[in-house]
Amino acid sequence: MSVLTATDSRSAAVIQSASGGVARPRRRRMPAWSVSWLQVSPLALILFALFALPTVLFLVVSFYDYDRTGLYPAFILDNYKDLLTTPATWRVYVSSLKFACIVWAITLFLGFNIAYFLIFHIRSRMVRAVFFLLCTIPFWTSGIIRTIAWIPFLGRNGAFNQILMGMGVTSQPLEFLLFSDFSVIITYVHLFTLLMIGPIANSMSKIDKALVEAAVDAGASRWAVMSNVIIPLSKTGIVLGSILVFTQVMGDYFVVKQMSGGQSASIVSMLSNEISTMQYPPASANAMVLVVFVAFLVAMMMRVVDVRKELVK
Amino acid sequence: MATHVVSYRPLSERRPWTFYVLGGLFFGFLLFLYGPMFVIYLLSFQGENGGVTFPMVGVSTIWFEDIFKRGQMADIPVSFGRSMRLALVVASLTVVFSVAAGLAFRRRFPGSGVIFYLAVASLVMPSLLVGFGIGLGFQFLGLQPSLFTSALGAQLTWTLPFGLFAMFAVVNRFNRAWEEAARDLGASSWQVLRHITIPILLPGIIGVAMGAFTLSYDEYARTTLTIGPKNTLPLELYALISSATSPTLFAIGTITTSVSFVAIIVTLLVVAHMQRRRGRTTAKA
Repeated sequence: MSVLTATDSRSAAVIQSASGGVARPRRRRMPAWSVSWLQVSPLALILFALFALPTVLFLVVSFYDYDRTGLYPAFILDNYKDLLTTPATWRVYVSSLKFACIVWAITLFLGFNIAYFLIFHIRSRMVRAVFFLLCTIPFWTSGIIRTIAWIPFLGRNGAFNQILMGMGVTSQPLEFLLFSDFSVIITYVHLFTLLMIGPIANSMSKIDKALVEAAVDAGASRWAVMSNVIIPLSKTGIVLGSILVFTQVMGDYFVVKQMSGGQSASIVSMLSNEISTMQYPPASANAMVLVVFVAFLVAMMMRVVDVRKELVK
Repeated sequence: MATHVVSYRPLSERRPWTFYVLGGLFFGFLLFLYGPMFVIYLLSFQGENGGVTFPMVGVSTIWFEDIFKRGQMADIPVSFGRSMRLALVVASLTVVFSVAAGLAFRRRFPGSGVIFYLAVASLVMPSLLVGFGIGLGFQFLGLQPSLFTSALGAQLTWTLPFGLFAMFAVVNRFNRAWEEAARDLGASSWQVLRHITIPILLPGIIGVAMGAFTLSYDEYARTTLTIGPKNTLPLELYALISSATSPTLFAIGTITTSVSFVAIIVTLLVVAHMQRRRGRTTAKA
């Protein structure tokens, strides 16, 4: 991945604006955008057929009636009413949101500082590439394996407890490490921090180092440079990383199931239970509520920065 | 990797104290990242009578042998082959479609906003729900879900937006003056694409391919409701975890990590080789 290299986007922008920004009319007979349509059509068709249509489908099914033998086309609101009046639903949403917020805060802290270290403190491009690769290698191992990797590490006789006891920090093994909220959060952070490092490092690598020097020459303190130059200019990466981490945690069902020892549930694990018992209409209603909720969160985050304008230049 | 070497004057000759603090944080993070992984690699060599946690009871390779015994637990090698084939197809389609789409987004076109937000939505949609929708659709149409229909489609809803966003980053670094120059010298659109655009974007395109391959190879949430009767490797692992726990799981982890490792190194060597070759031709010219 070439996220970490310095760019010449500045000069590219100058050249682009010098040439008028838009493609000059040439010998083409077709309008310029028809080429774009042709180029984008496979992707658009696949997303439309396999993402948009199925979503509409479960929106429709969420209003259906059902019993043990089948689905009956209808327009009833019972599935939503049942879902929203069950206290368990609210409890699961609160618990998922709690995990999402904690994990977001930790990954943002780690991701921002690590990206900053890699981009601004490491001078050699070679070393930077190697360090970045070191961060990405675990990402190549299956998420399932990386999740269960924590079980022998955190368990009662696990490596971590042995280290702690060896160092004399505790006299008996700590019990709260595994199958608790703690282990769920640790696993999420382990799985998702890279999703924060990548976009933030990408944004930071585009910051012209001359800006930082100018700020320092003008007498800005280290903190002022950070809050007036670095943070505003890496906003796009921060927002993108936050969206990825938040939605991954909200959509998870494996980590919670595996690492909480059955003490916590997630929205999607509740949903997958309904799917496995063929209760499609309530599952669809549940899915719709989650989709609206996630869409709302993402829309709020995208208000902070115009991601589209920043990405598609 | 960038094609132009841009060197900056170091900000200051002496390292500020923040360098040491952040460096400490970084290495702490690496320990956190690798610690549990090494425990897994170690435990995959657990002795015959050992379990899934410490202590190690001797050393053996019995858990690796277990994987290849047919019908012993699950058909890991078969599902591994299935995953590899699916990942190869997903990666190829993702590269072609997302590179094309990435190039399309370099100019504004009617409907570009709709497609952009469709891609964002597809990326942030809880994965299981995508699989649920596709599975439901197949059921309504009376089709059987299978590896290269529904499962392939479900994975593309995940890898295509990823590929598109990665292409935005790649295309942003691309200096269009190269293309302008080629056109001014009389190159046709196809020649520009073939000799200028694709070669310059190639490292980024390889990055997209590698990313799409791993995303597919690891995917389970989108695949689980769309796969039909024949499992991919992650789904087989998922089933194994819920049924039995033995160091075999760790042995599988060790093997899959080694496979990924070899894949990364080979790809990096190829990229390095290409860059060196390009550097040489540029130097000659």
